[in-house]
Amino acid sequence: MSEVLEYKTVKTEEVTNWFKAASEDAFPANGGAAIEYKGLQIAVYNFTRRNEWYATQNLCPHKHQMILSRGMLGTEGEEPKVACPFHKKTFSLKNGTNLNGTECELATYPVKVEDGFVYVGFAD
Amino acid sequence: MEKIVVIGNGMVGYKFCEKLRAAAGKDQFEITVFGEEPHVAYDRVHLSEYFTNPSVEHLEMAPRSWYEENDVKLISGELITSIDRAAKTVTSYKGTTISYDKLVLATGSGAFVPPIKGVEKEGVFVYRTIEDLDAIIAYAKNTKKAAVMGGGLLGLEAAKAMLDLEQETHVIEFAPRLMPRQLDNAGSDSLVSKMEALGINIHMNKNTSNISGNGKMTGMEFADETSLDVEMLVISAGIKPRDELAKTCDLSVGPRGGIVVNDLLQTDDENIFAIGECALHKGMIYGLVAPGYEMADVVVDQLISKREKSFESYDMSTKLKLIGVDVASFGDPFCESTPHKPIIFEDKLEGIYKRINISEDGKTLLGGILVGDAEQYNMLLQVCLNGMALPPNPEDLILGARGGEELGMELPDSAQICSCENVTKGDICKAIVEEGLEDIAAVKTCTKAGTGCGACSPIVADIFNEQMKKMGVTIKKTVCEHFDYSRQELLDIIKVKKIKSYEELLDTVGKGDGCETCRPLVASLLASTWNEMILENGHDSIQDTNDKYLANIQKGGSYSVVPRIPGGEITPDKLIVIGQVAKKYDLYTKITGGQRIDLFGARVDQLPDIWEELINAGFESGHAYGKSLRTVKSCVGSTWCRYGLHDSVSFSIEVEERYRGLRSPHKLKSAVSGCRRECAEAQSKDFGIIATEVGWNLYVCGNGGSNPQHAQLLAGDIDSETCLKYIDRFLMFYIKTAEPLNRTATWLNKLEGGMDYLIDVVVNDSLGIAEDLEKEMQFMVDTYKCEWKEVVNNPELRKKFKHFVNTEIPDPTMKWDEMRGQKKPAEWGFPA
Ligand code: SRM
Ligand SMILES: Cc1cc2nc3c(=O)[nH]c(=O)nc-3n(C[C@H](O)[C@H](O)[C@H](O)COP(=O)(O)OP(=O)(O)OC[C@H]3O[C@@H](n4cnc5c(N)ncnc54)[C@H](O)[C@@H]3O)c2cc1C
Ligand code: SF4
Ligand code: FES
Repeated sequence: MSEVLEYKTVKTEEVTNWFKAASEDAFPANGGAAIEYKGLQIAVYNFTRRNEWYATQNLCPHKHQMILSRGMLGTEGEEPKVACPFHKKTFSLKNGTNLNGTECELATYPVKVEDGFVYVGFAD
Repeated sequence: MEKIVVIGNGMVGYKFCEKLRAAAGKDQFEITVFGEEPHVAYDRVHLSEYFTNPSVEHLEMAPRSWYEENDVKLISGELITSIDRAAKTVTSYKGTTISYDKLVLATGSGAFVPPIKGVEKEGVFVYRTIEDLDAIIAYAKNTKKAAVMGGGLLGLEAAKAMLDLEQETHVIEFAPRLMPRQLDNAGSDSLVSKMEALGINIHMNKNTSNISGNGKMTGMEFADETSLDVEMLVISAGIKPRDELAKTCDLSVGPRGGIVVNDLLQTDDENIFAIGECALHKGMIYGLVAPGYEMADVVVDQLISKREKSFESYDMSTKLKLIGVDVASFGDPFCESTPHKPIIFEDKLEGIYKRINISEDGKTLLGGILVGDAEQYNMLLQVCLNGMALPPNPEDLILGARGGEELGMELPDSAQICSCENVTKGDICKAIVEEGLEDIAAVKTCTKAGTGCGACSPIVADIFNEQMKKMGVTIKKTVCEHFDYSRQELLDIIKVKKIKSYEELLDTVGKGDGCETCRPLVASLLASTWNEMILENGHDSIQDTNDKYLANIQKGGSYSVVPRIPGGEITPDKLIVIGQVAKKYDLYTKITGGQRIDLFGARVDQLPDIWEELINAGFESGHAYGKSLRTVKSCVGSTWCRYGLHDSVSFSIEVEERYRGLRSPHKLKSAVSGCRRECAEAQSKDFGIIATEVGWNLYVCGNGGSNPQHAQLLAGDIDSETCLKYIDRFLMFYIKTAEPLNRTATWLNKLEGGMDYLIDVVVNDSLGIAEDLEKEMQFMVDTYKCEWKEVVNNPELRKKFKHFVNTEIPDPTMKWDEMRGQKKPAEWGFPA
């Protein structure tokens, strides 16, 4: 089975497991870092400037590289986005759509921060 | 109110409803659509995306709510089984009967399954609907080898999908070539090699005689007595128009299927139309979506009693999508029966094949084939469809005008730009002028151009820019949507306001939250001004990925390590250290084109350890990752060489150590040669130095790379000190005034006054800024620090170099192969 198929968007209301990923300061300001969860790689972004947190699959659908956590954050209009380090495909952090091409969209995951810890929501 | 019933809620059926609703008020027509499939209409053209993103919503042409909002009654999951032409009613298999005034058949087509022994076996699939794909995905979980029958457009798309499902993939084609309807033999050869490079096995001239296996298929047998073991087969051998319903009510159908229609798309019964893939027009079934949309338009036109349009034959040019290989054909690709002169370009090394067919009189383009590089497809298609006059050397069409000029082909207003939405160049230009559109996104929303398959987007952008130019609108060279300033203006702001961070700049003169264009650009400006450590004070999040990890990212996510080897001179002891480090960390080593050594394949978490060892042995960063000074190459010079005039090695080391780490708009390269035999190739560098009898000649603004350009003499017969002084001024002036990512050669080409002006500024100090430039450069030289040394000695910075933050394991998906005794990264993506 293709790797991308393993990544499925989880909506906040579907969360059954808030996974305690790491402490808040493990995620660089206005940057991202990857976490491992049951064999999945999830990129978690600390968009300090907007005071927002996001999480997506770490796998870039373009050339299947495990890399998005090392991508660059930004906005297009109002839409927060991440640019892949390899070929600068950009994806919405809100819903994962590819903003500058026709790559398929990223799975996104809910994130919450409590008592200095970052939790990512999964449905299994 | 007229009652319209549509049978088939596929792409064309849906488009018909959309167009009819847009053309007339809701009170004019009552619309009912029947769809056999359970889903609302979806985009079959992009069906293969379902493999990577199995969401139906993503493919929907419009959500179910659209039908409600537009008063279109959708009855899905109901197959219509009969039509009573006398009573003007249709009846579904559930017994629902409904009457019509006008009936539209948009029943599409199904996959054609050839009558081969064993096709009924488990494991044999077709490729047409979401249900087909669900079944394929489920079945592929337990198989390893799959075949696709049919090497046409769709078959190749299916083959790529099989590869994505991690199957060993085979394509079986009956004809002696791939895409036989679009390509000639040489084009097919080129495509075969590309497909094989992707890992898809191609078998041509294969006539399948039997699908073997007991219940479940286990293999295929061919007429030539060969066989192939595969556990799964996807048949993509053509389409079969769905005309069964038309037959039950005695409408004429073609001998090989398809509902016969006239130019108004009427069947034998003037109240019944057929559109899309089920319609047979002048003996032709159009297996593409754009002609189907055009047919929908023609019928809508009649229903609202305009009767201006009729359906004429439609262009069948195509471009293969999705598969990672450029393939296109347009017009008449073969010209088998038309006298013509073909122009053929072939590059076997790169797998590129291009053919254009020129009319005998040399005046028009009849058609062509592009494999491996289809960038010119849109332009060629337009030239071909519009019968445009050809340039004096028609080969320029595929080779590009040599000599740097634009081709300067202007399309007529009637040129159809977007075939999905049928938008012409005239429509676009008119919308720009009349609606006052100011950006490309607005053009797309307003005209719908580029909103279908998207293939025409580049040409829409060109037309937009051309139109803006004509209207005298100068597009200001602003950095991006976050800053209304040019690079140069931003640099001035940073200096004048003493701005030290990106956030501060954004808050002061920018808007929004930045992006991948302005962040690295500002990072470079800050570094060229304040020379602070690029990973501290919040600078790390604005660095391009290579700068962020102080290493060049490679396929698969590993990094390369390039220690500086000034002038290319290295002691045996240092060479040994490089060898030892490479061995210890299993790194691929290569001598670069810049006279130093690159160590590839380091994991991100290994970088600090590797650099620690290199730094302890006296190495420092080579900045191969930065837009900064790379190498100063040298020839061996007067020390050893019998022709040498001066010691070029010593001088190149001095130059390299002076400018190392200097951040600039683009990378900088230099070289020093010991005499005019020029073994260091200094005249191809951003700044190059050549020894003369009495001193040095300094050349600037040379470039190797994609557009080579010779460097030009800035000053002759100068001593070492003057030489460095001029380089200081030259580089700082470049840093201050260049546009982002312009090398010195490009910068000079745009500089008003050219080389004479540059000599005036640098040598004659015509602007009176020479002293400032020198001071600024001296500041950079004095504040230089090796970035890697700082990281190695700073535990906080070292922490950034890991793959996961919640476990110490490295990225488990990294994969390596072997080549000539060293490792190499596995090919891009899609592991087999
Ligand atoms: C390693 C090396 C090839 C080699 O194995 O020899 C190399 C590798 C790359 N070159 Fe180069 N270039 C290398 C020497 C050259 C040379 C030869 C030279 O410097 O004498 C040239 C032509 C000279 C010139 O630049 O004018 C050269 C012209 C380019 C260009 C085209 C620049 C241009 O102005 O057109 C690019 C693209 C770019 O920078 O945008 C490029 C870009 C690249 C990049 C950075 C592409 C990338 O973005 O990933 C490659 C990094 C490979 C990697 O994954 O690490 N490389 N590249 C050479 C490193 C030299 C060094 O020690 O630092
Ligand atoms: C994988 C794939 C890739 C493709 N790629 C391209 C491409 O790149 N470019 C391109 O131009 N074209 C492409 N095509 C072709 C394109 O999808 C078709 O030309 C287009 O879908 C035709 O639209 P249609 O509405 O005529 O038929 P369809 O989309 O097939 O819709 C017909 C609908 O009618 C329904 N129906 C049939 N009979 C009845 C009945 N009796 N009662 C009720 N409902 C009925 C069917 O179930 C179906 O849903 C591709 C097709 C496939 C399968
Ligand atoms: S020539 Fe191209 S492929 Fe080769 S190293 Fe340079 S950039 Fe990479
Ligand atoms: S791998 Fe992400 S853009 Fe290419």
